[in-house]
This record gives sequence, C-alpha cells and structure tokens, in this order.
Amino acid sequence: MNTHSARTLRPLFVMVLTLLVPALGAAQEMESHIGKLTGHSGSGKQLYFRYCWGCHGFRGEGNGENWLPTGSFADEPYLNIQPRNFAAGTFKSRSTPTGTLPTDQDLYDAIGRGFVMSNMPSWITLTDQNRADLIAFIKTFSPRWKTEKSGDPINVPPEPKLTVESIKHGQELFQKLECWKCHGPEGRGDGPSASTLTDSNDQPIRPYNFAVGSRFKCGVTNQDLYKIFMTGLDGTPMPSFADVVKPDDAWDLVHFLRTLQVTRKSPELTLWETTEEGKKEIASRKLSGTPTGSGIRQ
Amino acid sequence: MCERIPQSVKSGIWQLASFLAFALFFVGLIFEGSRPASALPLTKADIRPLPAFARKYGMPCSACHLGWPMLSPFGQAFKDNGYQMGNDRDAPIFQQPAYWPVTFRITPIWHRESQDRTQVDGPGGPLTAEGQVTTHGFDWSGLDFHTAGTLAKNISFYVLPSSDNTGAFHFESVWARLDNLFGSTWFNLKMGKFELDNLLSEKRILTLTNVAGTYANYHFQPLVSPGNPANGAILATENYTFGIGDNQVGVEVMGHSKDDRTRYSVALLNSNDGQPSFTSTNGSEVTPTGRGYNGFFTASQAFQVGSLGLQRVGAFAMIGQAPTYFQFTQGGVGVPGSGIGNKSFYRDGLIGQWYIKKVDVTTMFFHGWDNAFLGSATPANTPLPAGARAPTWNGGLFETHYTLNPQLVLINRYELIRMSRQVFATNPANFGNKDVLTFGYRYYPFISSRAGFAFHNEYAIERQRDAAPISGLDLTTSSLLIGFDFAF
Repeated sequence: MNTHSARTLRPLFVMVLTLLVPALGAAQEMESHIGKLTGHSGSGKQLYFRYCWGCHGFRGEGNGENWLPTGSFADEPYLNIQPRNFAAGTFKSRSTPTGTLPTDQDLYDAIGRGFVMSNMPSWITLTDQNRADLIAFIKTFSPRWKTEKSGDPINVPPEPKLTVESIKHGQELFQKLECWKCHGPEGRGDGPSASTLTDSNDQPIRPYNFAVGSRFKCGVTNQDLYKIFMTGLDGTPMPSFADVVKPDDAWDLVHFLRTLQVTRKSPELTLWETTEEGKKEIASRKLSGTPTGSGIRQ
Repeated sequence: MCERIPQSVKSGIWQLASFLAFALFFVGLIFEGSRPASALPLTKADIRPLPAFARKYGMPCSACHLGWPMLSPFGQAFKDNGYQMGNDRDAPIFQQPAYWPVTFRITPIWHRESQDRTQVDGPGGPLTAEGQVTTHGFDWSGLDFHTAGTLAKNISFYVLPSSDNTGAFHFESVWARLDNLFGSTWFNLKMGKFELDNLLSEKRILTLTNVAGTYANYHFQPLVSPGNPANGAILATENYTFGIGDNQVGVEVMGHSKDDRTRYSVALLNSNDGQPSFTSTNGSEVTPTGRGYNGFFTASQAFQVGSLGLQRVGAFAMIGQAPTYFQFTQGGVGVPGSGIGNKSFYRDGLIGQWYIKKVDVTTMFFHGWDNAFLGSATPANTPLPAGARAPTWNGGLFETHYTLNPQLVLINRYELIRMSRQVFATNPANFGNKDVLTFGYRYYPFISSRAGFAFHNEYAIERQRDAAPISGLDLTTSSLLIGFDFAF
C-alpha cells in the first residue's frame, strides 16, 4: 500500500473504530431491574472499582488483594470466608430454586443486608440507584447471566400458628433429615461432619451456629429461614430440601430452629420454655458465667 | 478501564504531568517578591486516613473515602457505628493476633508562604514597620500515630499522639465510646478529647496549606480595632481560645438511623479548646480558663435524588461561655482553671452536601456573635471601653470536589466572612472581612487496603480587610504547597 492510499484510508479506519468501540461497549452493557429502578452496569463499574474490588477482585472472582487461600503463608487469612466469586455465577442467598440464578431483588437485598459473620458489610448507606447499578455490573462477570434467566421465586405459604406440637414435630424432622450431622445436636455448628465441610471453592466452611448467631446470612425473619432450607445455599454443603419437605413440615422446622437460638428472644423460644422438656433443654444450652459473649468466636 | 488501578504507564504519565503542570505554575511565584525571611509555621491540620481500618476489613481506602481523608457516606456510617461493620466480626478477637491497629502519617512537602504586610522591626524600633515576608523551601508536616478500633463489640476507641514538625508531641484525640447503647443506633456515648461532629470535618479536610489547612469560618474571631500607626498597636485577634474545627474535651451523645440518613449529636465541652489540665493557650499567650462549659449541637438529614446521589442538609450550633480574667494568679501567672468573669458567645450555621454524580458541592452559611467583653478583649472586672458592642458576622463556604475517579480529586473552595456589626461603630464597616480562595488536586497513584499515598498540589490565598497591624490596610497571605502525603 503506498503512502497516498494509507493517508486516504486512515480517516475511514478511525471512523470504523469510533463506531465499533461503543458497539463493543454496548454488548457488555447489562441492566438490573428492582421495582421501578433500572441499574446500569456502566455506572455500576465505577462503584465496583471504588467499593468492592478489594475483596471480590478485579474480575469478580472473589480473589481481591486480601483473600489468601487457606494453606498460603497465613494459616488464617484476613477473610476466612472467601468473598463471592461472581464469575462462577453461583449465589447463596436466593429466593429461587437451587441451581438457578437469583433475582435482581435477591442481590439487591443481599447488598443492603450484608452477610453476618463474614466481612461483607451492609451497604444500605449507598443509594438505591447505586445498589441497582452495582447489581447490573456484577452480572457482567458470569456468562450465565447472558444465557439464563433468573429462577422464579419459590412460593412461601403463610406461616401456620405456632404450637408446641409444631416445635416438637420440627425437632423430629431435625433428627430425621440429619441436620444435626452438620449443625450439631444443639445447633452449635459442631456436628460430626462439621469439620469436613468445604464449599464450592474447596475452602473449609463452618455450619451455622444457632446458639450464638444473631442473624442468618440470608435474612432475619421466619420467612427468610424457610427460604434458606427450601432453596439451599448454592455453593455450600447446605442443600435444598424442597423435594423432601412439605411446606407445613418446613414451617415446623422453622419453629424448632428458633428454639435453638437461646440468646435471642422469640415467640418460639418463649413457648418452648413453658414446657418442662423445653425448659430443661434451654437451661442446659444457655452458657452461664461467661462474659457478654460479644467477643466469643464461633 | 480507567478505574482499574495498576496501570503503571498511566500512573507514570499522570505523575509526570502533575509535576510539570505545577512546576510551570509556581516557578514564577517562587522568585517574585521573594526575600529572605524566617520560615512561617506549617500549621497543617491533623487529618486522618486509616489504613489500619482498611487492613482490618480488607477494603480499599476508596470504600470509606471519596478521596482520603474525606469520608464517603459509607465511611461516615462506619465511623458513626464506632468503626464497626456490624457483621458480628468487629471485636478484636476476630483479628489475627498480630494485627495492630496503628497508622502513621506524615507529609514531606515543598511550600511557599507569603504575607504582604507582616509586622517587623523597623528604623523606629521593634515592630514599627511592615514588610512583605516571603519564604519557600522543603519541609515536612508533623507525624500522626493513629490507633483506633474496637476494644470489644460496641466499645470503640481512638488514641492519636501527634507531633508538630519538630517532634513535640501532644494528644490530638483520646476517647472511648460506648456504641449502640440499649441496642439502638440512636444512643452512643463518647468521652475524652474528640473532633466535634462536624458535617464539614476540618480533620478530614482535603487541603493542607497554612492558609487553607483549616476552615476560616470555624476559627474566626472579630478584630477589635484597626492598627494605629501612631502607637504600633497590635490587633487583638483571638480574644479567647476557641475553634469549632479543633478537637475538644468533653462528652458526646450521638445517634443515627441504621442507614445513617438521619444523624444528631449533642456534646458538653470544656471551655479551653481541648487543652489538658484546665490550661489554655492562644499562641504564646495564656488565656483564662474556668469552670465554664460549651454545648455543641448538630442534626442532619440525607435524602436521595434520583441518580444524582445522596444529598444531605444539616444545622449546627455552638453555645458557650469563656472566662475573661483569672481569679487567682501565682507570681503574676494565672492559676489554670481559675478563670472567671464568663461571657457568652455562639456560632450557628446551616450546611448542605450536594452530590451530582462525580461532583460534590458543600455549601455552608455561618453566623457568629460574641459578647461585647469578648469582642473587645476586655476583662469583665473592668469597664467596657466606650462604645463597645457585641460584634456579629456572617460567613459562607462553597467547596467543590470533582472526583474523576477514586484516584484523582480536583478541589476548589471559596470562603468569605462579612462583619455585620463591628465592636466599635468607629471601625470601618468592612474591617476584618475575610476572603479565602483555594484550589488544587490530589492524585492517588494506587488504591489499596494496605497503605495510602497522595501527590498533593495546592494554592491558597487569603485577604483580610484593613487587618495590616500598622498601616491598617488589607492583609494578604498566600500559600503554595506541593508534596507527598502518605499513610501506612
């Protein structure tokens, strides 16, 4: 190509490039929809690289500069629960069936709530729009969001009336479904399998300790607890029981699990304590003579 | 993508461009009107980014700071929660035993200081002439040792030994705080020496120069009367020790909603501007301190405006009394804490913080009033000078930051103070009025959870009407600073 031709083609090349670059950018654009809000990944990217990359990493793989896998030079890394790997497209906190993608609302709620006993704080101080934008950007990390739709939220039937029988039936289910193998007979997260559990990143994971936990990772209400074992926590050993537990049975299990939270007042605990059996159980589970417990490691 | 930090080439270009741009700007200023003079003091405000927190929680400094040390709404909430994330892992027991919550901060700089009508010795004797004093050279700030965090869940602390640039230490902050009393975010109790709950924090100010390292409105006290060429009178400028921007000693109750949108605080403070052992100094002069107390009150509300961001409006007031003379002296020196003859003062104001995507604007209206005894620097056991009145004034601030990305913040600020009533009716109406203009930028070559580094360029100029000590003409002070500001 002679010099003249090159000079002629150069503007054309620049023009094509100018048109192509935004088109490529548009292909990466992702949206989120939460109520009337629409989040945009372009805005979310700026927020992500201000707030999130330190833990979740540049590519959303959960390997930010503070994540050191177990076995590296520090036996106990700063974040001993690995931050979410967005590239894997697997999420614990969902209202959708196991194996499906969460709804945008699920992710929005998770960002606002934070995850207790992890280093993920509540980002409720961000504006609603900020959170919606962040979700849109998070969805660019995994190809799943381009090929799959979010699952449909599971139906949570109305909570039946709380009774002693309901709690007792829940207790039976706790044994029958072998929840105790991981969570321990008293729900302290110290079952026989507890020390062997790993998550989808092959990192050790600790079952939830009902005795000291103030909140659940995926919420605080009975409805949230119901959803946890009907959807499972994908990426963890906690499976979904949707196929083996009927809704009424699930509610009974919820009522029983609440009685394991001996440091948190609840109607379930109060009712259970009115029975002789419950009174003895609760008394034996409550630690006595300890400090406030605020610093007790699980 | 420009937000991705480790782009060494881009960083290098930016650093080079920064140096060159400012080199061109200040080379002309260095030698203009320059004459040898003793170095003017570097009175940079103590400010506080804390990599100790970033290390503890594994977050980049940009999570809590729009550009450190200025807080983002998330950082403000973290501070309001007692340096807790609220994820049940805030207690020290969850940290590696080797973790030590300490941050060091220091700022090596080059700076140029100039004042056009400084009182100097002249042919007529000591302090009988005015001269333009300009100096420049390399320097450094004091060193701050920030140590802060939690002692247990819902008990937090902050201890800050801080030195000036000679290495002389004092305690800038010493406090402990009971967080979330009664299980509510609305009740938090702090006691010790602490920064007032200012929405516009002087301790997190983005500017470092002598002129603009503090907010003029926060420290302003009216001048008494113009300089008199006949007797070489020195203006009485600060009649009692006081500064809303200064850390104070006392107790504070503050509260906030869970999302930190609504905030309030009430503080009861000593009247000696944060000095220990009931002492008080005002420059080299010891001013009376007594058993008086000051009250500081703030409240604010934030709200969302579409995609613009979080907007906040608030109000504050400081109401207090200051003693005007010592009840007892020992060898002619006042006994600390024996000041009496208390006289009143107050400051109040409105503030707005407006976020328009990458631009944030702070606006402030300020109003001040001093009792006539304080305004005229008159002990209350002596008669007021004839015609002395209680001075009043109004002030304003307009500060903008353009945060291009977490690495680069452009800064501009304009402050003004206008007297609405002079101490003496014979004073010129605009006597003591002040204007301060500042602009600069901070560039952070990297964003990390381990350390902080900023390349800082800034220029500030202040003019005060008729404040020259002898001629009674305008007094102009300017400051130029270029340096490295780092914390680790």
